Amino acid sequence: MTLLLDLALIAGLLALAVHVARASDDQSAIIGFIAFGLLLGVGWTRLAAIDVAMTEAAIGGGVTGMLLLRAEARLRERSSQARSAGRITKAAAAIGCTVVAAGLALAVLSFPSPAPTLAPAAAAALDATGLGNPVTAVLLAYRALDTLLEKVVLLLALLGVWSLAPDQFWGGAPELRRADAPQPFIYLARILPPFGVLIAVYMCWVGADAPGGTFQAGTVLAAMWLLVMLAGLRPAPETRRTTLRLLLVGGPVLFFTVGFLGFAVADGFLSYPEGAAKPIIVGIEAALTASIALTLGLLVAGPSGRAPVP
Amino acid sequence: MSLASLDSATLFGLTGAALAGIGLFIVIAHAGLLRRIVGFNILGAGIFLVFGAAARRGAAAGFSGDPVPQAMVITGIVVAFSATALAVALLQRLFDLTGRESLDAPAAGDKQQAEP
Repeated sequence: MTLLLDLALIAGLLALAVHVARASDDQSAIIGFIAFGLLLGVGWTRLAAIDVAMTEAAIGGGVTGMLLLRAEARLRERSSQARSAGRITKAAAAIGCTVVAAGLALAVLSFPSPAPTLAPAAAAALDATGLGNPVTAVLLAYRALDTLLEKVVLLLALLGVWSLAPDQFWGGAPELRRADAPQPFIYLARILPPFGVLIAVYMCWVGADAPGGTFQAGTVLAAMWLLVMLAGLRPAPETRRTTLRLLLVGGPVLFFTVGFLGFAVADGFLSYPEGAAKPIIVGIEAALTASIALTLGLLVAGPSGRAPVP
Repeated sequence: MSLASLDSATLFGLTGAALAGIGLFIVIAHAGLLRRIVGFNILGAGIFLVFGAAARRGAAAGFSGDPVPQAMVITGIVVAFSATALAVALLQRLFDLTGRESLDAPAAGDKQQAEP
């Protein structure tokens, strides 16, 4: 029975990927990709990775899909369809890609048995932190450096996006609001955010002991904020505002501060004092959730589209 | 090996390999940059799935999967999203400046739009 479910999921995933490759227009391909992301989220639950499933559904399907759809709408009045590659190039590409896929498949089939695993090491770290969710423990204690640097990558990406604004728009607000936002959408944008914020706070809080955590909660918050901005209920913020910039760097700066404090009160960079690990981690998670939500929302909003109001 | 002897981890690992191949094909075969960005995301999803299969096989110490690769996949998904956002912003800027959405040399008839 579960084999049947797996096979149905896999057939759906492959069919949607082929659809993205073959669809004649970009919009249909992107809608296929959104469905692909949601289905892949279900696939991750079959791999017993609930945290990854939530992240994939929220980011891979949801926010990425929204970003791509907005880009497609803006590019719709493009001058001419891009020429597709020639028949010979396509055939060569198909052969090359089949070889790559076959190589990966061979690697999957020849995974060593018994499988190497770091689960016992992570379980040992779990006891020291007082957390119940091993993935959160890995993200914020056992391999906290990865998470810290990832926050820096997010900020650098946002800096890259902002720097693509034309000179005269620098510091202005991104153009998000649609002039023709339909009434039911505006109604939804009024009703949904309180529930969304509640769910995000719960996800962030429960992440210490159960599936959930900063990324998932941050993405839900970002989605609610984007909903409000798209409906025109609140304007997008001007990128030159100091409070906005301070909030953006707030999470990573707190993370760095705690990291360096580790030298004074524990055994080195990013190590937490014995017994106080859990409250510190939950505090970092809360600050990170806020700055992830802001960063993701602004990444989707794009570079500023109008001059700053003096 | 019969189909029934395959477990979920191997099945999804093989799917990941196939998805990586399809994604790579989209990146190479499509000239439109937006479609290439979508293909890049499918390629990434395939690689993550292979990694997820490795995580599922590493179940030990009472966990149903190795949490280290799982956490790294979460990090990977977020980084892939930020790369996608940057790529989309670059594409929009290219489109605003030239009116094109591919890296092909403009055909002789295309008129270049000036900077707004």
